[in-house]
Amino acid sequence: MTAQLAAHSTSLAAYSTSTGEAFQFWVLGTVAVIGALCTVFMKKSVHSALCLAGTMIILAVFYLANGAYFLGIVQVVVYTGAIMMLFLFVVMLVGVTAADSLTETIKGQRWLALLCGLGFGILLCAGIGNASLNEFNGLAQANAGGNVEGLATLIFTKYVFAFEITGALLITAAVGAMVLTHRERTERAKTQREMAEERVRKNVQLPPLPAPGVYARHNAVDIPGLLPDGTPSELTVIKTLRDRGQIRDVSDEALKDLKALEQRSGERLGRGDRAEEAAK
Amino acid sequence: MENLIALLVAAPLLGAAVLLCGGRRLDAVGHWIGTALASASFVIGAILFADMLGKDEEHRAVGQHLFSWIPVEGFQADIGFQLDQLSMTFVLLITGVGSLIHVYSIGYMEHDERRRRFFGYLNLFLAAMLLLVLADNYLLLYVGWEGVGLASYLLIGFWQHKPSAATAAKKAFLVNRVGDMGLSIAIMLMFTTFGTFAFGPVLEATGETGEGKLTAIGLMLLLAACGKSAQVPLQSWLGDAMEGPTPVSALIHAATMVTAGVYLIVRSGEIFNAAPDAQLVTTVVGAVTLLFGAIVGCAKDDIKKALAGSTMSQIGYMILAAGLGPIGYVFAIMHLVTHGFFKAGLFLGAGSVMHGMNDEVDMRKYGGLRKYMPVTFVTFGLGYLAIIGFPGLSGFFSKDKIIEAAFAKGGTEGWILGGVALLGAAITAFYMTRVMLMTFFGEERWRNQPTPSPAESDVEPAAEHRGTHAEPHPHESPKSMTIPMIVLAFGSVFAGGFFGIGDRFLHWLEPVTEHAHGHSPLSATTVTLSTMVVLVIGVGLAYLQYGRRPVPVVAPRGSLLTRAARRDLLQDDFNHVVLVRGGEHLTRSLVYVDHTLVDGVVNGTAASMGGLSGRLRKLQNGYARSYAVSMFGGAAILIAATLLMRAV
Amino acid sequence: MNPVNYLYLAALLFTIGATGVLIRRNAIVVFMCIELMLNACNLAFVTFSRMHGNLDGQIIAFFTMVVAAAEVVVGLAIIVSLFRSRHSASVDDASLMKL
Repeated sequence: MTAQLAAHSTSLAAYSTSTGEAFQFWVLGTVAVIGALCTVFMKKSVHSALCLAGTMIILAVFYLANGAYFLGIVQVVVYTGAIMMLFLFVVMLVGVTAADSLTETIKGQRWLALLCGLGFGILLCAGIGNASLNEFNGLAQANAGGNVEGLATLIFTKYVFAFEITGALLITAAVGAMVLTHRERTERAKTQREMAEERVRKNVQLPPLPAPGVYARHNAVDIPGLLPDGTPSELTVIKTLRDRGQIRDVSDEALKDLKALEQRSGERLGRGDRAEEAAK
Repeated sequence: MENLIALLVAAPLLGAAVLLCGGRRLDAVGHWIGTALASASFVIGAILFADMLGKDEEHRAVGQHLFSWIPVEGFQADIGFQLDQLSMTFVLLITGVGSLIHVYSIGYMEHDERRRRFFGYLNLFLAAMLLLVLADNYLLLYVGWEGVGLASYLLIGFWQHKPSAATAAKKAFLVNRVGDMGLSIAIMLMFTTFGTFAFGPVLEATGETGEGKLTAIGLMLLLAACGKSAQVPLQSWLGDAMEGPTPVSALIHAATMVTAGVYLIVRSGEIFNAAPDAQLVTTVVGAVTLLFGAIVGCAKDDIKKALAGSTMSQIGYMILAAGLGPIGYVFAIMHLVTHGFFKAGLFLGAGSVMHGMNDEVDMRKYGGLRKYMPVTFVTFGLGYLAIIGFPGLSGFFSKDKIIEAAFAKGGTEGWILGGVALLGAAITAFYMTRVMLMTFFGEERWRNQPTPSPAESDVEPAAEHRGTHAEPHPHESPKSMTIPMIVLAFGSVFAGGFFGIGDRFLHWLEPVTEHAHGHSPLSATTVTLSTMVVLVIGVGLAYLQYGRRPVPVVAPRGSLLTRAARRDLLQDDFNHVVLVRGGEHLTRSLVYVDHTLVDGVVNGTAASMGGLSGRLRKLQNGYARSYAVSMFGGAAILIAATLLMRAV
Repeated sequence: MNPVNYLYLAALLFTIGATGVLIRRNAIVVFMCIELMLNACNLAFVTFSRMHGNLDGQIIAFFTMVVAAAEVVVGLAIIVSLFRSRHSASVDDASLMKL
């Protein structure tokens, strides 16, 4: 046992990497873990996506540090650049501002998940600690002719079948995505004239719908307009946002603002003094 | 020449297949096909017999191996035939009597619309019976054994529209099943003891086997013989089996099938020789049955049932002789053959009488028939003389030898067995004389009969298409029926003398069954004389009872013994009380156990499984995340297991 | 520093991703967590490649990326069509396998 430990410590010494890499690992590694945790625990999916993108870039750096130059670049270009952008597109489609509730609905699910995660992580670490990883050759030899050339040699010789099959898989995936998302129109889209005529025939809302609120300090389309009594009218927000529940109710704020405005304008016009006098 | 052996079985089997599968098209010629194939079998048998006679005694036994039936490592079952003198005797008896009875049936079953089927069954019986006696191993013998059981079942219940016939068939089948169980157990025991079923190796190995095992095998074989040969305690089916058509009673339930048990015991002689206890039980069974059957035969008014009691009793003689060991085997077979002739003749005679009397079976409604049916009277009378052992006729030679052998058993046993056999001879003389007198002599009690009540016509509906129930007009039967009777009567008269004089049969059979001369305490002459004396006493008593006095048409109440004997000495009551009632009680308690214990366990398991499932069901909440947790936990457990395995 | 630390980091990221899959209900976030798990595996592969001194590990990581790209395309398409039909991206809403 002691002999093993001794051997282990010597191997540690032999396989150590540079101090610079160690520093980089500990700093970036911490950031990567925080990014991963944020991915899981951020309420808004768009934030999650950004955190994940950050983690992936750090992983790209680690790839480079590990001598996988090609993969490091691909990680940035394909993963962070393409795949995460695809995620962001879908997040936009689903609703960028929609925040998830993090309260758990399945009884015991959260605790079970955390317990399993903890146990799994500990066991995994124990497994790595147990494994006899006393081999550390470095990639100096393998990368001698260039990392990309080395990979290409392997891909087009040893792994050529797997490579071809992944090509087929990608084609299939592309077709599958189209099949899943494509909706065939069974009827011609209505022209504007037809829609207008239909509205007249129905005689429900003849004039155009009221415009949304006009407090144009930010995206104003999701703010309902106020009725004369100050209550917001959901009718003024477009249907898509209404369906998503992404209506920002600012009526209280607006009424408060209105009141303040009135007061200020009153003061300026001297109405307030007159009013005070009248009170006296 | 050996290749002909398979044909012996194949001919009637082909007949059965053709007749049973051929359908109505063969109705017109079916009986001829059946008779032709049965006779063909007899001709083949005769050719083989002639061939056998041409050989030395040593080389007479021949065999034919057809194919391997079940070739498994350590379990070899072959389809093979063995034709030695013993089998030859049976082949000739079976095919000979069988062919005669086929001829007889042509006339007897003339008006039955299912005659083709009847002949199909008869051919099936012949094939199965020949298979039984020709098999060279116990397993194939068992096939034939079951085959004759099936044919017997089908033929007893041939008039299945009669509830009594259907019940009788079922009864015969069930009782036989008990015996068959014995045979199958015996075969299993043989396999575990000797590792084979073939006659040769099994019988050779008896010398090196423990007596206990041999006794067990012997007793099981005896049980089988009791079932098939209607011996006490499995005798109850034979009387009811008379519900079948009379040719069936003559062929199956008198001449051939019921003697299969005797064949089995004689064939397995070496086993019994080495197991004296089994032999003793065999002699006791034979002795008890011979008295039992004789007493039952005295009380029955139904002519066929009286003859059935007689059959039982005569087979009792054979079983007794077979139980005596080497001193009796040959005489058992000899009596079997002569009995085959005269009992078949008697049954055919009874059938002829019934044929002429509108299927009336009650002897109290016969009387004085000798004038109307002279041929039947003469042949029946010769059979009668043969069975009672009238000097010079068949029964005299064979039965005398058995009585002699019984005395030769020696010691107290010998005296008891010999005494029983003598007593049986007296009773035989009594009841056969009674049958003879009531049927053919005396006043004509069938005249001026009241029309039978509907209940009675239910019993014999076959009569419905034979004519009315008005006063019968006794008449002689057609030639097809009388000729077989005449042939059989010849056999009854001369077979015994042919076999017995000069010990011809003994020499013929000795190479197979081995024979030992017993030392009788009485000389042969004494035995013969005493047999004559009891014979005269029996006949005389019967004459006093039934010849001098008129026979009442309605049976008198009779003594306690008579009444018991009329009810087959209470055998059915015994079976009912012990087996049926006992079975019912056992069933009821089993049902109770089933309801409470078994169902309780089953339902309890089901309920607990239901409860458990109800709880487990909650795990199936349909949320993919929930399932994912299980997967993740499972993965964690797998890692833990892997680590543990590595650590160990 | 021992390069085994990269493996510990990969294990940690994998576990975080797996836990995220179990905890989050938003299908998109769940999907992101799966990507995180795949990336953790890739890191392990790359590290192994370095330790063994050959490029096969990198090849596997490369194939993982390709397959992940295909998977993302299909998965997001499924999420989009699910959202269209149910107006929700919650994985709990698609609990049709319940009894």
